[in-house]
Amino acid sequence: MTDAISSLPTQLPPARRRAIPPDVAAARVRRRYASERTFKALGFGALALTAVFLVALLTSIIVKSLPAFSEHRAVLSVLVDAAIVDADGKRNADAIRAADYASLTRAAITAVIPGIEGRTARKALNGLLSSGAADDLRDRVIANPSIIGTTIKTPMLFSDDVDLYLKGDTGRHTAALGAAELTPSDVKGDITLTAANQSFAALIADLEREGVANDAEAGAHVLDGRIPSRVVYINGGAVKVVKATANTLAGPVLLPLSSVTPAQAGSWNLTTYVQPESRRRISDQEIVFIDKIRSAGAIERGFNWRFFTSGDSREPELAGIRGALIGTALTLFVTLILCLPIGVLAAIYLEEFAPKNWLTDIIEVNINNLAAVPSIVFGLLGLAVFLNYFNLPRSAPLVGGLVLALLVLPTIIISARAAIKAVPPSIREAAIGLGASQQQAVFHHVLPLAMPGIMTGTIIGMAHALGETAPLLMIGMVAFIVDVPTSISDAATVLPVQIYLWSDLPEAAFQQRTAAAIVVLLGFLFAMNGAAIWLRNKFERRW
Amino acid sequence: MENSTVDLSAIERVEAARTAHLTAGAKPAKVLAHDVNVYYGDKHALQAVNVEIPDRGVMAFIGPSGCGKSTFLRCINRMNDTIASCRVTGKITIDDQDIYDRSLDVVQLRARVGMVFQKPNPFPKSIYDNVAYGPRIHGLTANKAELDEVVQSSLEKAALWNEVKDRLQDSGTGLSGGQQQRLCIARAIAVNPDIILMDEPCSALDPIATAKVETLIDELRSNFCIIIVTHSMQQAARVSQRTAFFHLGTLVEEDSTKTIFSNPKDQRTQDYITGRFG
Ligand SMILES: Nc1ncnc2c1ncn2[C@@H]1O[C@H](COP(=O)(O)OP(=O)(O)OP(=O)(O)O)[C@@H](O)[C@H]1O
Ligand SMILES: [Mg+2]
Repeated sequence: MTDAISSLPTQLPPARRRAIPPDVAAARVRRRYASERTFKALGFGALALTAVFLVALLTSIIVKSLPAFSEHRAVLSVLVDAAIVDADGKRNADAIRAADYASLTRAAITAVIPGIEGRTARKALNGLLSSGAADDLRDRVIANPSIIGTTIKTPMLFSDDVDLYLKGDTGRHTAALGAAELTPSDVKGDITLTAANQSFAALIADLEREGVANDAEAGAHVLDGRIPSRVVYINGGAVKVVKATANTLAGPVLLPLSSVTPAQAGSWNLTTYVQPESRRRISDQEIVFIDKIRSAGAIERGFNWRFFTSGDSREPELAGIRGALIGTALTLFVTLILCLPIGVLAAIYLEEFAPKNWLTDIIEVNINNLAAVPSIVFGLLGLAVFLNYFNLPRSAPLVGGLVLALLVLPTIIISARAAIKAVPPSIREAAIGLGASQQQAVFHHVLPLAMPGIMTGTIIGMAHALGETAPLLMIGMVAFIVDVPTSISDAATVLPVQIYLWSDLPEAAFQQRTAAAIVVLLGFLFAMNGAAIWLRNKFERRW
Repeated sequence: MENSTVDLSAIERVEAARTAHLTAGAKPAKVLAHDVNVYYGDKHALQAVNVEIPDRGVMAFIGPSGCGKSTFLRCINRMNDTIASCRVTGKITIDDQDIYDRSLDVVQLRARVGMVFQKPNPFPKSIYDNVAYGPRIHGLTANKAELDEVVQSSLEKAALWNEVKDRLQDSGTGLSGGQQQRLCIARAIAVNPDIILMDEPCSALDPIATAKVETLIDELRSNFCIIIVTHSMQQAARVSQRTAFFHLGTLVEEDSTKTIFSNPKDQRTQDYITGRFG
C-alpha cells in the first residue's frame, strides 16, 4: 500500500480546453442573463401574488371587523326609583338584585320621547335598548346602592339593530324641503296632510316610476314596505306617508306633532329613505325615534369593552369572547404543561440516550407520521378514550388540552430533537472529557443551548394548537356556553370554535363579531410567531 | 501482512522496556497498552497496539491522517464509549489499573485523564464557569474561595491569567482561538488530572498562539503526563521526549524523540518523517 501511495502520479496532464469563438461565448452569456432574468421575474411574480392575496384577505377581515369594536349607547337620565329597586327600604342585596330594572330603562327612554301612544310604537321605543342596558343598570346599583332614589345619567346599550343602523348606511335618505304650505289634520293617530296646487305631483311621478299605480279603491297611491319609505317631518313631529294624492299625504304619526298650525313652505320636509322598509332590520318608526334621540344629543359611541369582558350571548350586542379566551387559555395551559415536559424528555431520550436500533427507528418514523395525521383523528381518539373510556367531563378544557397535547407532541418532539442535534458535539465532548456524566452533559450544556430552539418549536406548536378547531368539535367544545369557565373541568369553548359558531349565525352583527374574533385570534398567532422569531434571533449563537 | 511478527517484536520490546525500568529502579509506566484492537463496526481501526507511556513528560503520536492516532488517544480516557459502533479489545492500564475493568467508574477515569481537543471548544459560558465546571461537578472544592483559587491557579498554569483576569465573567467563546485553546487547557488542568491528552491542540492556531501553547506544554510536563497528537514533525520534535509513529492502524515504532527523528528503525517511519508520504 505504501507503494500505491508513492506511485501516485505527481503531475496531472494539462487540462484540455476547446477554443470557443467569441460570438458563441457572447451568445451564451446573453442566454444565461436572459434565463436569470426570467427566473427572477417569475419568482417576484409568485411573491407578489402571494402578498396580494394575503393583504386582500387581511384587509377584508379587518375592515369587516372594525364596527364590532365600537358600540352605541344612549346616555339617558334615569330615576333609580326606590319603590321599584328597594321596595321595603332595607337595602336587601337580594331584593336589589331581583328588582325590575327594565322598567327603569323603559321609563328613561320614554322620558326622551314623550307622548308616544299605541302598543306598537311603545314596543318599538322600548326595543331600541338592549336587554343588557337593564343589566348594566343593575350592576351599577349593586356596586353603589347609594344612588337608589336619585336620578343618574347613565349610558344604555342599544340593541344590535340600532347599533348597526347607527354604524351603517341603512339610514341613507334624501330630504326635499316643502314648497307649499302644508296643513296637518291632527297631532297624533292617522292623519292627513293637505297642500294646494298639486304640490305632490313630483312624488306621484316618482311612485309611478317605482311601480306604484293609483289604487282606485283608496283613491290614492298606496305606499308599502317594498318601495323606499317617505316620512314627512313637520311641526316637530313625523308622519309616515302611506297614501299619496297630488294634494294630500296620509299616514300614521310616528312622532307626535306639536300643533296643527299649517306649516309654511320651507319649514317642513319630505324625507325619502332609499332602502325599503322590508329590506332593513329597522322600521321607519325606529328610525324616527333614533334620529330624535340623536338630535337630543344623547347618543355616544364608545369602545366595545364588553366584547372582551363578557361571554357568549344570543344577543349580538352582548356577546363577547371572554369565555372563549379563557377557555383557550385553560386549554393551552393543559396542553403546554403536558407536552413541554413530555416532548422535551422524549426528545432528549431519543437523541441522547436511546440505543440506535430498529425499535427506536420505528418510533422515530411514527413520530414523524403522527405529525402528519389529520387533526380530526385526534378528536376521535379523544372522544373514544378520554370521554367514553375515562369518563372525563365533556366540553372541558381538560379534555381539549389532552387532545391538543397529542396533536402538538410530535411537533415539539421533532423540533426539540432538531434543536438538541444542532448543539455541536464538541460541547458534549468537552463536558464528557471533563468527567461529566452523559446526563450532566445534557442538562448542564446541551439543554440550555437547545432551549431557544425548543421554545421556538413549542411556541409554534402552541400556535398550531391555538388555531385548531376540528378535534375540539369532536369532544363537545362546540356548545353554546355563556358562563366564563373558571377551571379546566368547566364546560368551555375556544376562540376558533367560537368563530365557527358565530359565523353560522344570521345576524349581521354576529358576522362583524366573527371577523373581530378572527382579528383577535390572528393577533395572538402573530404575537406567538413573533415571540418565536424573537427568541430565535436573540439566542442565536455562533460556536 | 507481517502483522504477527511485528506484534511479537512489539510485545517483546514493551516487556523489555518494562523490565529495564524495574531493574533501573525507575517508576513503572503510567499508561500501558497491551494488544489493543479497536473496531468501528466492521472496520478494524487499530491493530494490536502495544505501548508504554512513562509518567511525567510528553509523548507525541505522529502518523499520516486516518492511521488511528485519535482513536488510540480516545481509548485512554474511554471517550470511544460515546461512539456506539466502537469496540475496544485488549488491555489498557493506568497506574496498573485496568481502565476497561467493569468495576472502574468511567467518570472518575475521565477526571484523572483530561483531554484537549483539536478545535478549541469552550462552553458558551463565562471564562470563570468554563474553568470552574470540572471542580464543581467533581466536588473538588469546599467553598467559593477555594474555587476562585483553583480557577486562578489553573488559568495561571495555562498562561492565560494575565490576559483574562479582568474579564472572568465574559463569555469563553469571545476569546481568540489561541486563548480559547489555552482556556480549554486550563479547564482540563482544573480537575487536577494525572494525564492530559491533546489531540492536535495547535492545528487551529496561528504560529504565535502555537508557540504559546508549546511553551505551556513544556512547563506542564514536569507535573503531568502529557500525550499529544500532532501532524507537525517540528512540533513533535520540539515538545516531546518520546514519539510513537502510527501507520494504517498499527503502531510502527516507539522510541525517544531523538532516535525517531535521527535514526528510525523502520523504513515507514523514515519515509514519513522525511516527507515521502502522508
Ligand atoms: N466514529 C467513527 N466511526 C467509524 N470510523 C471511524 C470513526 N472515527 C474514526 N474512524 C476511522 O478510524 C480510522 C482512524 O481514525 P482516527 O480518527 O483515529 O485517525 P487519525 O489518525 O486521528 O487521523 P487524523 O490525523 O486525520 O486526525 C480512520 O480510518 C477513520 O475513518
Ligand atoms: Mg485525529
